[in-house]
Amino acid sequence: MIDALMTSLGEVFSGAHLLYMGFGVLVGLLVGIIPGLGGIAGMALLLPFLYGMSPGLALGMLMGMVAVIPTGDTFTSVLLGIPGSSASQATVMDGFPLAKKGQAARALASAFLSSLCGGVIGAVVLTGFILVARPLVLAFSSAELFVLTLLGLAMVAVLSGESQFKGMAACGLGLLLGAIGTAPATGEFRLNLDVGYLYDGIPLIVVGLAIFALPEIIDLLIQRGSIARERTSLGHGWRQGIRDVVDNRGLVAKCAGMGSLIGTIPGLAGSVVDWLTYAFASRTAKGEKHFGQGDIRGVIAPESANNACACGAMVPTLLFGVPGSGTAAIFLGGLLLLGLEPGVSMISTHLDLTYTIIWSLALANILGAALCLVLARPVAQLTRIPFVLLAPVITTLILFAAYQATRSLGDWYTLLAVGAVGVLFKRAGWSRPAFLIGFVLAPGAETYFYQSVQFQGMSAFLRPGVLIILGMIALALLLPLLKRLLSRRQPLAVGAEVTSPQQPPAVPTFGRVDALLVVGLLLLAAASWYDISGLSFLGGIFPRLAITIMAVGAALSALEAWRRGARWEAQPLGAPLLWLVGLLGLVVLASMLGFVSAATLMAFAFLRGVARARWSTALAIAAGIAAFLLGMQALLSLHYPSGWLDALIGI
Amino acid sequence: MHAKRTHTFFPCVGRHCALALAAALLPLGAQAAEPEAVPDTLEWTVPFGVGGGTDVWARFMSHWMGEALLSHPTIVIDNVPGGGSITGTNLFYARADADGSQMLVTSASTQFPAMLDDPRVRYDYAKWTPIIAAPTGGVVYAQPGYGKDTDTILAALRESPTKFAMQTPTGLEMPVLLAFDLLGLKVEPVFGMRSRGEGRLAFERGEAGVDFQTTSAYFSNVAPLVEAGKAVPLFSLGVMNADNVIERDPAFPDLPTFSELYLAQPGHSRDDIAYQVFHKFFASGYALQKLLLVPKDTPPALIKAYRQAAATLPEREDFLTAARNQVGPYTPVVGEVAAKQLDSAMQLSDARRQWVIDWLKSRYGVRVSTR
Repeated sequence: MIDALMTSLGEVFSGAHLLYMGFGVLVGLLVGIIPGLGGIAGMALLLPFLYGMSPGLALGMLMGMVAVIPTGDTFTSVLLGIPGSSASQATVMDGFPLAKKGQAARALASAFLSSLCGGVIGAVVLTGFILVARPLVLAFSSAELFVLTLLGLAMVAVLSGESQFKGMAACGLGLLLGAIGTAPATGEFRLNLDVGYLYDGIPLIVVGLAIFALPEIIDLLIQRGSIARERTSLGHGWRQGIRDVVDNRGLVAKCAGMGSLIGTIPGLAGSVVDWLTYAFASRTAKGEKHFGQGDIRGVIAPESANNACACGAMVPTLLFGVPGSGTAAIFLGGLLLLGLEPGVSMISTHLDLTYTIIWSLALANILGAALCLVLARPVAQLTRIPFVLLAPVITTLILFAAYQATRSLGDWYTLLAVGAVGVLFKRAGWSRPAFLIGFVLAPGAETYFYQSVQFQGMSAFLRPGVLIILGMIALALLLPLLKRLLSRRQPLAVGAEVTSPQQPPAVPTFGRVDALLVVGLLLLAAASWYDISGLSFLGGIFPRLAITIMAVGAALSALEAWRRGARWEAQPLGAPLLWLVGLLGLVVLASMLGFVSAATLMAFAFLRGVARARWSTALAIAAGIAAFLLGMQALLSLHYPSGWLDALIGI
Repeated sequence: MHAKRTHTFFPCVGRHCALALAAALLPLGAQAAEPEAVPDTLEWTVPFGVGGGTDVWARFMSHWMGEALLSHPTIVIDNVPGGGSITGTNLFYARADADGSQMLVTSASTQFPAMLDDPRVRYDYAKWTPIIAAPTGGVVYAQPGYGKDTDTILAALRESPTKFAMQTPTGLEMPVLLAFDLLGLKVEPVFGMRSRGEGRLAFERGEAGVDFQTTSAYFSNVAPLVEAGKAVPLFSLGVMNADNVIERDPAFPDLPTFSELYLAQPGHSRDDIAYQVFHKFFASGYALQKLLLVPKDTPPALIKAYRQAAATLPEREDFLTAARNQVGPYTPVVGEVAAKQLDSAMQLSDARRQWVIDWLKSRYGVRVSTR
């Protein structure tokens, strides 16, 4: 092992290797920064170059890219509130509020430094682990995977804030949306309304954009400020961010450890890791907590985890040829193109290459984070630009990103439909993370439950691993309850808690958006119950469960408000809906004129008409949008929705 | 194991004859006379995501096809994933130009839904012409606890029920499930695996008693298990010869094929409808597992140029060596031969289709929706 380690170190630090890895890092940063393009697009960019390259160099290039994507997408998560990929969804929770407070540089610096640490820790864990990981990965049967998804779902309780019932309803809706498509047990189609687009289920990236990015943008448009409303100097920001990471080094180490271990389990997507560590951080953090409103620990935790997770995902990919994540799946394809076959033989015959992969991963993490740190300050200046000028750029980016999911117009209409739900949720304070976690975990929860019962019967739930994880779930749910009980008995502790700003208002609030959501969800429950009535027992049991959770949650939230005499809250809805309609208009126009023309024209019209920008500014931004779209088209051989105007110009 | 792998090349006898025939039919001096009209850029639609088996095959083939065509056109891969490859294939069917610049790469999961009249399928293989097709074989293996050789394992599996991890009821493993049933094995499928690799993990964890892998995956990931005594090979699916008869797989000459085992049972013949159904799906999903197609109306001169270029590939040792990693030691099928095989493979009579649907429903409670 030491021998292979040294050989690979020599290889990694050779000039050619560094050169190719640097190239991979640059591509990774580019696709990371542009939302919607994840590892999949990056690999598509690099795969054609692989032929004829020596495996060591090619692996360096691929790993350079794989390592940096979860670093680069932090830019849009923090600065624009757009989750760049599924790995950065939790980063949005606190990163974007920090940017709004004028602390974008601090958030970015923390994020990049913790990414760096996470990546290096992940690589170190991987180094020794790769030799002994086989039994551990094999120990995770479908039963353990199922209870792990339950652990993820338990985090909903942590993240749904003041109203547990609203969180429950939101999670139920997420689960139901995640059940659209085919039933894993029987292959039956369900809830797809005979729409071709829905046969495959809704893509995660579209839901992520819709639920987080759209409502934020619409709110910003209504307020028309720059993203950073408090103009604190960016100068201290990044030193402060580095200090934050140093202060929270324990958290970084723990989250990186969790990330790399969860990453090794094939089948659990990387998108779970950031939520798990986010919830872990918000639960265990000491002192004042502002999670969801700009707590730096809410950035540090998921960012240290997601790079470590990318390292961990290499374990099943290299050892079993079973990819641990979407990016790893494409990496696997790259290996096959290079003539390398992942499997046990990677350790016996290609141990040096295996370590080249791991060390490239570590080095690329350092390189990528360093590059991002250098870029952080200039890029953070973006937040000082008045938002109305940025709005068309961001809107185009979101439409571009959503369209990359399946490249059908369905992506846009789904974006708008789920976006409307996101707007309502944001208005009424319903937990959007709870919804997203439900959606992310729905397919896994159903498949693993079905598989573990089929494979092992009821004894599946008596396995030691399962019992341990079930114990963790109980602990996560019961511990705060116990704490509250204990603190009630000690009047001193109560006094201490009252002073903390965390304390939620005792009386729940209710408004017309809440009413709309409760009625809407109950109607949806009835309609979808009717829709799945023809399914077999196995195909229908999971959506029925989701519907029940959603309906009971919605009903209880209304009941709670009524019984506890909720304060009626004004929840204005007109303005956001108007913007949504405007966006719908843009989408329709884009499908008629063609995306490139429509986006360019609309941007120009918006900048002149709404933002009252100067001619030169409006022209420059519109031209930039067109150049970006056309450039991406050429680079990635993309097809946009084309209409008569695009055809006329010959795009 | 790795060293053995690279030296295991058994020429497929039947297919070689067919190829020799095809080569003999080509006009002399075909190499030099490539028409000017081959477009500078060829666009290959791959209805799967990046990095999957079909995508890797397409990228691999695009490299070699680009090299084999005299003008060395740029070949662009356009991934259009969704609907288990139905979405992208539908799009190609509706939109592709027949000017020779557009090609499609399909796989078993594109072919099976068409055979089963899946309501989502809008495409028709009769409107396409194959350029080159790659066959694959596959091996079924079992936990060593059931015995040390095929006969004892089969006997054990007829007595005690066991699990088999599958992706979907109508996917690549369907002929394998049918094979289990036709051999009278008490194999219960568990659906919902996202890949064959996940199915193999379920086997390695001991959750599944039997498993199946295509040849290249078998060599890289199952052969070490067999050596370590953690898996025992049971039977192969075999390969199809030029007369459409299934024979022993050249990669596994010592393993009996399913067909041998089935026909050895008393009262069974090739005329059984169940066997014929197996044969059809095997032909379409394995004998022609990956296909490179162009629209039928593509100018004949271009089709000829593409097929000629493709025909040079199986003669190149470097191509064959590289192809072994992708699909195992099988020689690709080119041109007219591929067209003939495709025609016969894709035609499933109504009676046979109904048989499959009834079988899945009555035996496993799976409802297949058809048009």
